[in-house]
Amino acid sequence: MHIVVCLKQVPETQNIRIDPETHTLVRQGVASILNPFDYFALEAALKIKDERESVKVTAITMGPPQAKDVLIDALSRGADDAILISDRAFAGADTWATSFTLAAAIKKLEPVDLIICGKQAIDGDTAQVGPELATILNWPYATYVKNVEFLDNSTLKITRQTDEGYAVWKLPLPALLTILKDVGDPRPRSYKCTLRARKYDIPTWGVTDLNLDENQVGLKGSFTQVIKVFSPERRKDKLILEGSVDELVEQLYSWLKEQRIPGI
Amino acid sequence: MDYFLTEEQKLLQEIAYEVTKEKIRPVRAQLDESEEFPRNLMDILAKTDLFGVCIPEEYGGLGGGVFENCLVVEQIARGCIGIATTFAATGLGIYPILLGGSKELKKKYLPDIAAGKKLAAFALTEPGAGSDVSAIITRAVKAGNEYVITGTKQWITNGGEADIYTVFAITDPSKGPRGASCFVVEKGDPGFSFGKKEKKLGIRASATRELIFNECKIPKDRLVGREGMGFILAMKTFDKSRPGIGALGVGLAQEALDIAAEYARKRVQFGKSIISFQAIQHKLADMAIKVEAARSLIYSAAKYIDTEPKDASKVAAMCKVFASDVAVEVALEAVQILGGYGYMRDYPVEKLLRDAKILQIYEGTNEIQRNIIGQEINKEYGRKKESIL
Repeated sequence: MHIVVCLKQVPETQNIRIDPETHTLVRQGVASILNPFDYFALEAALKIKDERESVKVTAITMGPPQAKDVLIDALSRGADDAILISDRAFAGADTWATSFTLAAAIKKLEPVDLIICGKQAIDGDTAQVGPELATILNWPYATYVKNVEFLDNSTLKITRQTDEGYAVWKLPLPALLTILKDVGDPRPRSYKCTLRARKYDIPTWGVTDLNLDENQVGLKGSFTQVIKVFSPERRKDKLILEGSVDELVEQLYSWLKEQRIPGI
Repeated sequence: MDYFLTEEQKLLQEIAYEVTKEKIRPVRAQLDESEEFPRNLMDILAKTDLFGVCIPEEYGGLGGGVFENCLVVEQIARGCIGIATTFAATGLGIYPILLGGSKELKKKYLPDIAAGKKLAAFALTEPGAGSDVSAIITRAVKAGNEYVITGTKQWITNGGEADIYTVFAITDPSKGPRGASCFVVEKGDPGFSFGKKEKKLGIRASATRELIFNECKIPKDRLVGREGMGFILAMKTFDKSRPGIGALGVGLAQEALDIAAEYARKRVQFGKSIISFQAIQHKLADMAIKVEAARSLIYSAAKYIDTEPKDASKVAAMCKVFASDVAVEVALEAVQILGGYGYMRDYPVEKLLRDAKILQIYEGTNEIQRNIIGQEINKEYGRKKESIL
């Protein structure tokens, strides 16, 4: 069984700053980390590898050359292989162009039985790449997965978190999952895997390696364009209520009434 | 300070500290309170490969020595020496097998230990045999293809939790200490059971129990080495393990210093950070001197012991005594620097003080260590030809 985990390197978002001229993220002086949700995707894959025989886990990421750090991290935790998808032509890709490029990489990695992604990335927060990638590949997919079980070698039983509760699905492989943190705490780095990761020569795949046209990828292949990114202004009109629950309900109700909120 | 470690040694430290920071520090207070065995943390540590640190590579380990073991346990001790003791007791439990076991015993037990699938324990102490280890009365009698063990072991770290126990028992009562032998007993062997879990001052995350052998029958090939080798194996084990106890002390003392220094910079009294007062600065200076001195001793002694020298026992005892005394002194000063907060369970230093005390007691009291060092000095100077006086 071959599992591919899609990872993304993101800026540490504690102190995010936007360049007022270009409306893009100020990357200078901001540390890059593995998207926190992707740790759970990797953990889900490695758990399957622990529990089942002959499972190979390949970690892939699309990004600038330094994005290989997240691949080294994945190898250090137990991934078998890693591929960096990197080319100047990929720069400025929106979620569609990213998914299109990743789909080409998956085809080059075939046979692949399962793709696992984090539920979303903490920089863009779109949660689109997973479902788009499955759609381009014409594979079934499930988002917000909190538990993965195997019914047999080619069928998964997954549990999805929904707004109302949870849903249990049967899913034929190959399939794509986006994962929630419920799958379990990400494992620590292993000494042996880290030593191997340090020596591992990570292949880089560019436009030509993936047989892609430059017009299909990066900014040129993107349907969307970022016109403006901004931090919303902090609202200053705060109201802090204090008291027992009953008093709070009373206070809130009368305040809402004063605001003439429809329905109150 | 830079101790000029190799890349591999630095990686061991890095990985051990990463787990400590991310997984152990956040739960140490809760485990201390609940006295719960940290099974989940042992499973996490298993994934790091660190359980195999001093197991040869041919048995799935990392092939390190006493020094590498010290580097690892020091980092885990920064989080909690209850957890570090649980981890290190597995190393202690398998040392007799490593030192005297047959290839078959090694093949049978070491790979699962290296992978962290099984924990081990070392069982020597008895109700009537603590510092005087020659007073053990647990008996092992050979009967056909089996040994039958009867007796009680006391205060065994990982008792009840470990899968594999190296147990010391008398096979020939007429020979005194030379009549003791070492056996591997597995959890589940007939006639082997556990007493109650002890309640302790500190290291409460670690499990300490009595082992009860009531005509416990084990196959004869579980004998480690030969009959009569028990005490030699136990003493050789301590030569390897005692620097590790010192390393636990260094890790704990480092944590106490780190907390005290951070607190002293933040705590304001009389309009100033208390670190600006010399009374506090001098305390911190003494703590830092002691921590670094203990670390330097442990690192150089551990490397020396890895060369299999003749005076390993003396040097190992020095590591254990010095660093455990440092741990108690530094933890005590950390409590003083934090004042009232230091005495409260809301801050981590009162636990460090409670935990540190065991380091002066277990694996041979510090008094016994000083006896070993003193007797060795007497012998060495007796052999010396050159006279100064």
